[in-house]
Amino acid sequence: MGVLTDPKPRVKPRNAAGGQAHPSGDPRFKLIDRTLKRFSYQQDALIEVLHTAQEAFGFLEDDLLVYVAHQLKLPLSWVYGVATFYHFFSLAPQGEHSCIICMGTACYVKRAAEIVSALQAEFGVEAGNTTADGKLSLNTARCLGSCGLAPVLVMDGDVVARQTPEEALARVRELLLGAARTPEAMSELTPLSATEA
Amino acid sequence: MNRADLAAMAQREQDRQDAFRCRVLCCASTPCLSSGGTAVREAIEKAIKDGDLDADVQVVSTGCMGPCSRGPVVTLKMRGAEDVVYEQVTPEAATRIIQEHVAKNEPVKEFVFPNDAPFFAKQHKVVLANSGQIDPESLEDYVARGGYTALAHVLREMKPDEVCESITRSGLRGRGGAGYPTGIKWDLVRKSQSDKKYVVANGDEGDPGAYMDRSLMESDPHRILEGMAIAGYAVGAEQGFIYVRGEYPVAAKRLERAIRAAERRGLLGSRMVDSQFNFRIDIRIGAGAFVCGEETALMASIMGKRGQPVPRPPYPSQSGLWGKPTLINNVETFGSIAPIILNKAEWFAAIGTDKSKGTKIFALAGDVNTTGLIEVPMGITLREIVYDIGGGIPDDRAFKAVQTGGPSGGCIPAQYLDTPVDYESLRALGSIVGSGGLIIMDERSCMVDVAKFFLDFCADESCGKCAPCRVGTVQIYKLLDKITRGAATLADLETLRELCVMVQETSLCGLGQNAPNPVVSTLRYFYDEYEAHIRKHKCAAGVCALNEKPMSPAVVAPPRPKRKVARLDELEAV
Repeated sequence: MGVLTDPKPRVKPRNAAGGQAHPSGDPRFKLIDRTLKRFSYQQDALIEVLHTAQEAFGFLEDDLLVYVAHQLKLPLSWVYGVATFYHFFSLAPQGEHSCIICMGTACYVKRAAEIVSALQAEFGVEAGNTTADGKLSLNTARCLGSCGLAPVLVMDGDVVARQTPEEALARVRELLLGAARTPEAMSELTPLSATEA
Repeated sequence: MNRADLAAMAQREQDRQDAFRCRVLCCASTPCLSSGGTAVREAIEKAIKDGDLDADVQVVSTGCMGPCSRGPVVTLKMRGAEDVVYEQVTPEAATRIIQEHVAKNEPVKEFVFPNDAPFFAKQHKVVLANSGQIDPESLEDYVARGGYTALAHVLREMKPDEVCESITRSGLRGRGGAGYPTGIKWDLVRKSQSDKKYVVANGDEGDPGAYMDRSLMESDPHRILEGMAIAGYAVGAEQGFIYVRGEYPVAAKRLERAIRAAERRGLLGSRMVDSQFNFRIDIRIGAGAFVCGEETALMASIMGKRGQPVPRPPYPSQSGLWGKPTLINNVETFGSIAPIILNKAEWFAAIGTDKSKGTKIFALAGDVNTTGLIEVPMGITLREIVYDIGGGIPDDRAFKAVQTGGPSGGCIPAQYLDTPVDYESLRALGSIVGSGGLIIMDERSCMVDVAKFFLDFCADESCGKCAPCRVGTVQIYKLLDKITRGAATLADLETLRELCVMVQETSLCGLGQNAPNPVVSTLRYFYDEYEAHIRKHKCAAGVCALNEKPMSPAVVAPPRPKRKVARLDELEAV
């Protein structure tokens, strides 16, 4: 039986020392190798390995997928199929800051869609994409499970509750400004704060 | 660790807790933390330090206490007095609570959430009994409240078939949505012959608007592990998996810690609780796919593949993970097991209605005064949930509908508010209990728009394996979009109905079969609204744009001859 129909756990784990390390010598690959070892190079650990890879690198670039496919002895198409099937995996780099708007039912009923369109208009980026300058990734989520606080936003990992479109806009502006500490970046961002006034 | 050790551990922890004159429980779940829970806890600790009360008072971070919209919530347990719950606590209020209530025994009345308020009084906590009462990261705390005694009892006193029989007698039904009798499922797996079997806990709570599973996993992880271990013993499995949704990193972390703590104490793993039984539990993290809530898709995901469902039969009880018999239950179902064993099946069967026994956790959200997590006996009416527990609709606006069951459920209008909440009654209304999300909508919600929202969701989440779901959901969405844009004709409503039936009858898995439910139920109860959109170009809620016109009749193709779609039961009759 081919590998596609029968991804059974391999009985004999590959000799760790024998597995080829990534030629770039990037230490982040060690994290992936550790997960691979933890699961004894079993092919059904693919999702766990991809989780580790995304955590280490921020997103799954082609090179990473090739590496994982090679290590697990899976066809690249298989790995690519899994990576693109799940929403959690991102094949493109994320912006410096992230803003996720929850679009679960409770948030939707409390008009989260208005927040999305306000942010899209303000920053000129469609939800699911990153601004051209790579500063902000705007995303929507299916439900963050904080329905009691609807509508909910997550900014750089912090949950922000009960937002109006105006509050959300102000928050995101603050987020972008807060990070830009260098003088040239500050001057670059002045127009933003000017529009706020 | 054996039963005596377990009892000794419980006693030690109980004594330790009793030594404190007062215990301050701070809710540390996501909703309370994002409304300022961290600052409250810091204020409490500072006040205790300033008041020199260290030896007297213990501060504990707990899981969810329930009234999420009233957070941050703090519970005060004074020795020899009833618990006092404080709501919407600010750091200043926290300082006062310590200075006045703890030090001088004068409750800070403005912030007290009365214990006899309907929010608490109408609830019946079985699965959530420990939520908000214990530190989820402390095994001792769980054991002090009777944790793992059910497991120890089962391993020592009961045979596997007796466990299955006991669960069957309790009348417990699957809490993930379908409501299949749990005991019968266990027995099927127990009777399957195989060298290896698996137990899977489904914690892939994908329904938007539902967060019971997250809360349970975060607030009381050991309870799920105990339920799974009992299930493992009953069906003869030695390996369990908990599939946790990728969006719930805190839940995964707490479960991981709980597993490690239990293994260290010999309550899980090989020869657990001094018996011959071995049971391991591993965590698998989902990666964001709604379809993985479907059992065959979930198992594909555990095996590292794309989460695409496969036709049943064979059912997982015969051929599941790696082709072996697999028991798969929702985490809430596993959460109900230990109380059933401890209090006997008859006790559980006495709660609820004739066919739906026990209690169910619901996530109450939307346009209602008190949102949060509630556990109620089956058979309670929707009116009691909305108006008593939830405290009614904000600003006295009119109640319009309650959406149950997420994208697979339907909308129930005001005239059915007195319907008892159980599996059969909700199904008769064209909705389902589902995993337990209850979204209350007032007059500002447009039902066509709500149906469109769910179809957008389903079209996006369809795995793409079967055509009715992949293509049908998109087409239904387009029709609904056409209605909200004002470009639809009455003929489109007919097409919509026809399409819904087809997608329901021909899709491969539950996602597609149930995807049209929001449309079907809103067409059934809110047909006027659909008609008003089309005929009068009016959206009563003012949500839809309706800025387009239907094409003139000359441009529209003549209506197709009506084609009857054969229903499945008719086909079978042939």
